[in-house]
Order: sequence, then structure tokens, then C-alpha cells
Amino acid sequence: MKLEMKDSPGQLVAALKPISDVGGNIIAVIHQRDPDSSNHTLNVQIVLTLPEGRLDTLVTLLKEQGVHIQRIGKERLLYKRSVILIGHLMHTNLSDTIDTIDSTGFAEVCEISVSMPAINERSTSRVTIKATNKADMDAAIATLRKVAIQKSLLLIEPLEEVT
Amino acid sequence: MKAVLIGLGSVGRGVAEMIVKKNPRIIITGIADSKSGCICNEGIDLKSVLERKRREGVCGDRSVTADDVIRTAEYDVLIEVTPTNASTGEPALGYIRAALARKKHVVTSNKGPLAIAYHELTTLALKNNVSLRYEATVGGAIPIMHMIEDGLCGNEILAIYGVLNGTCNYILTRMAAEGLTYEQALMEAREMGYAEADPTYDVKGIDAAIKLVILVNTIWGDGLQLSDVDLTGIDLLTPDALRLAEEEDCTIRLIAEAIPRKKILRVSPRLIEKNHPLVVDGTLNALTLETDMAKEITLIGKGAGSIETASAIIGDILYIQQHHGKRT
Repeated sequence: MKLEMKDSPGQLVAALKPISDVGGNIIAVIHQRDPDSSNHTLNVQIVLTLPEGRLDTLVTLLKEQGVHIQRIGKERLLYKRSVILIGHLMHTNLSDTIDTIDSTGFAEVCEISVSMPAINERSTSRVTIKATNKADMDAAIATLRKVAIQKSLLLIEPLEEVT
Repeated sequence: MKAVLIGLGSVGRGVAEMIVKKNPRIIITGIADSKSGCICNEGIDLKSVLERKRREGVCGDRSVTADDVIRTAEYDVLIEVTPTNASTGEPALGYIRAALARKKHVVTSNKGPLAIAYHELTTLALKNNVSLRYEATVGGAIPIMHMIEDGLCGNEILAIYGVLNGTCNYILTRMAAEGLTYEQALMEAREMGYAEADPTYDVKGIDAAIKLVILVNTIWGDGLQLSDVDLTGIDLLTPDALRLAEEEDCTIRLIAEAIPRKKILRVSPRLIEKNHPLVVDGTLNALTLETDMAKEITLIGKGAGSIETASAIIGDILYIQQHHGKRT
């Protein structure tokens, strides 16, 4: 998120504190002082992760501190894994295959890369899935595994560290 | 210690050559291949047998069979290194039964009998107070069984996974490195002598699955069979699959894995980061054990080869000699 606050001592700390109060985790703080700034404000960009449903609370707390929120960019699902599917992907309705993940509600396909060497030959695709956590990812891949069996597709799953 | 050697293919010759070269106080009193055999209770001159095998293709008298050697020769250990038959385990299964019934130790590189009759054979060995050792069946020269039995004793093994088939690993390495198709890489593997004329057993993942079954039975004693393994081979992989993996700094390897707490027992091609310890090149094997105390241990080594397999077999014989030395 991009924040604007008064350029006075203690303001930055005051703006960061509510993040930990709501259980968030700060990944990066980018703070560049603009020498031309005439209105004595400070622009700060913060990258952070938050538990689901806490964003509204954080916004309220920040406003109470007198911090102006310029922009919030959200990425809802941060756990990403790629799988590879090989087979007659188009004939077996690739968009339906993807929909089985998207319709779970806890995981979605965010990227897909398909290679189709020739008509009637098997195609290969890399499908990147996003989910909130590992358990949801495992469930999403299990769903895809069932679809792959039904549609006679070869699914290549990632090797997960066991621990 | 006296031993009989059944099987004089690549592995058997490797064992005989290393016994000649290293002289580990193992006296061979009987030898048999598929066509002939010889027995001499005072000890056979291995050099001349190897020479005869090379020149004439036989190791002894055509009227002497492997069964004769196993049932009549004087010995402490049967070294059974005949080719694997994955569906019946024979004739090796019969050889091993006969030797155990005579209260002889058995050292084998043969996966068939262990995958099919693990429980029966280990029970028979235990009942007759002899050892049945099979280090050479899994991971070639890698001392995985010694590691499980001795090195990690006291640990609970939670999971095991790895690359157990050198042929598949070679094919995948070449597909990734050169952008070859599966068929091209297989042809190259054949030319290099890494793949059989009928590659089904390797590329469908059957060989890796049999090794996994042997490991699982050894570690957890589950009495599992080949048919319990969820099996996917590498024969349907496309060069595009490896290229798409590469774009994410990953590659594809045939991974055998057993995780009892998740009820996972499978062999399948997997996406794996290129810097992962299990990503080994060529015909190498690699295996990770996950344990409660030692955490993760990964072993990497040559998965096949005449002398490499002989290393595992001689290690087993010497282990028996050290642990049952006073019996002779």
C-alpha cells in the first residue's frame, strides 16, 4: 500500500504500529524523501502480508493515526505452485479443467502457458495455481489429479518438501 | 567363509573379479550360470572360471545345475545374482528358499524374490537363524540398507523419496539438456547401454516401484506389493514439459516416494527445483530419508554397474562374516 503522512518525528513508527496490531507482517518499507515536496508530507510504500479479513481494521486504524492511504494493491492468494499437464488439452476442454480449480473458492489458476506442437498431437501446458496456504494447495492439486484421470491427461505435480 | 555364486552375468562376473582382486577371504565352492555349473568344496579357482566363461560362455559342467550347487555344495553364503523376474521371482525365489532351508545365509541383488515374497523369506531366514541381505537390490552401490539398519538405528523413519532408476534419470537429463524427444533420448540410452531392448520395465516406473516396495517392507514391514504402488512412468513426457519446467528453474525427475502418515506410495514424474539435492544427472541415483532425530539424510551414488553392484554384494558378505563369523 502507498501511504501519505505528515513529515514529522514519530509519524512513520505510528503508521507501522497498527500493522503488527492486526497480525500483519511487513515485508518491505520503501521511503523516499522528495526534496521538492512543499506540503510537508512523506510518501511511504509498504509491502505486507495480512491474515484474511483484517484489511478493513487496518485501514481504520491508519486513518485514526492521520495517515492518508493513497493506494492499496491486493494480492489475495500468495501460495503459488506450478504443475504440468500433458495430453489432448483442447479436446478435453482446457477451460473446464481450469474451472475446476477456480470454482473451489480457495484456489485459482493465475497463469497458463500452452504449447501445441501440431494438430492432433498432445499438447503440454504449465498451469500456475495460487492458494492461501499449503493445505488449500494440496486440496486444489488433488482436485486436478481427479480431473486428469477422468480426461486421461498426464499431471506432473511439484515435489513438495515433506516437512 | 565359503560361498556359492549363482549367476555369472555382469553382476556375477563383477563379484568374482573383485573377490580375485581384493581377496577378502571369501572361498567360492560352487558356481552356476544358466547353462552349467561346478562344485569344489576346497575352493574354485575363480580366475580360470572367469577365463572359461569369457572364452566358451560356460562356467563348468553342463550336467551340473544351479539347484545342484545350492543343494549339495558346502557353503555358508549363497550369492544369488541371476536376472530379475518381476512377475514370478523365479528361478531365484526357489534358489533362495532352498539355501535358507539349508540354514545358509543369502546375499542377493535380485529384486524379484524380495518384492514378491519378502515376508516369507525374511520369516524363513529368522526361523533358521541366518541372514538374508539384499543391499544391491536398491540404489546400486549406495549403502542404503546399511544406513537404515545401522547408521540410523534408533531413528524413526518418517518418509523416503528419491531417484531409483538410472535409465529414466538419464533420459530425463538428456531431454532437459538437449531438448531431445523421449524417443530420441531413449535411443541414445540404448546406444550407451543404459536401457534394455524392451525398456518398459524401466520407463513405466516398474523398476523404481519394485525398489520402493523393497525399501518400504524393510523399513516398515508392511507386507506391501508392487500392485500397491500408484505408478506413472516417463514415456508420455514431451520436450515441451521439460522446457516449461526449465522456465521456472525447475526440471522433471521420476520420483519414488513413501510417506506412511499420508498414505502415499507412488512413483511419478515430478516438477522439482533444479538446485534440489535429488536432481542428479545421468544414471546416478539419489535418495532422501526423513527421520525423527537425524532429520533429512540424502545419499547419492552410482545406481548400477558391474563393479558398483559388486561393492554392495561384497559389503553384505563381509557384514555376515563379521556378525556370524564364529558359525563356520
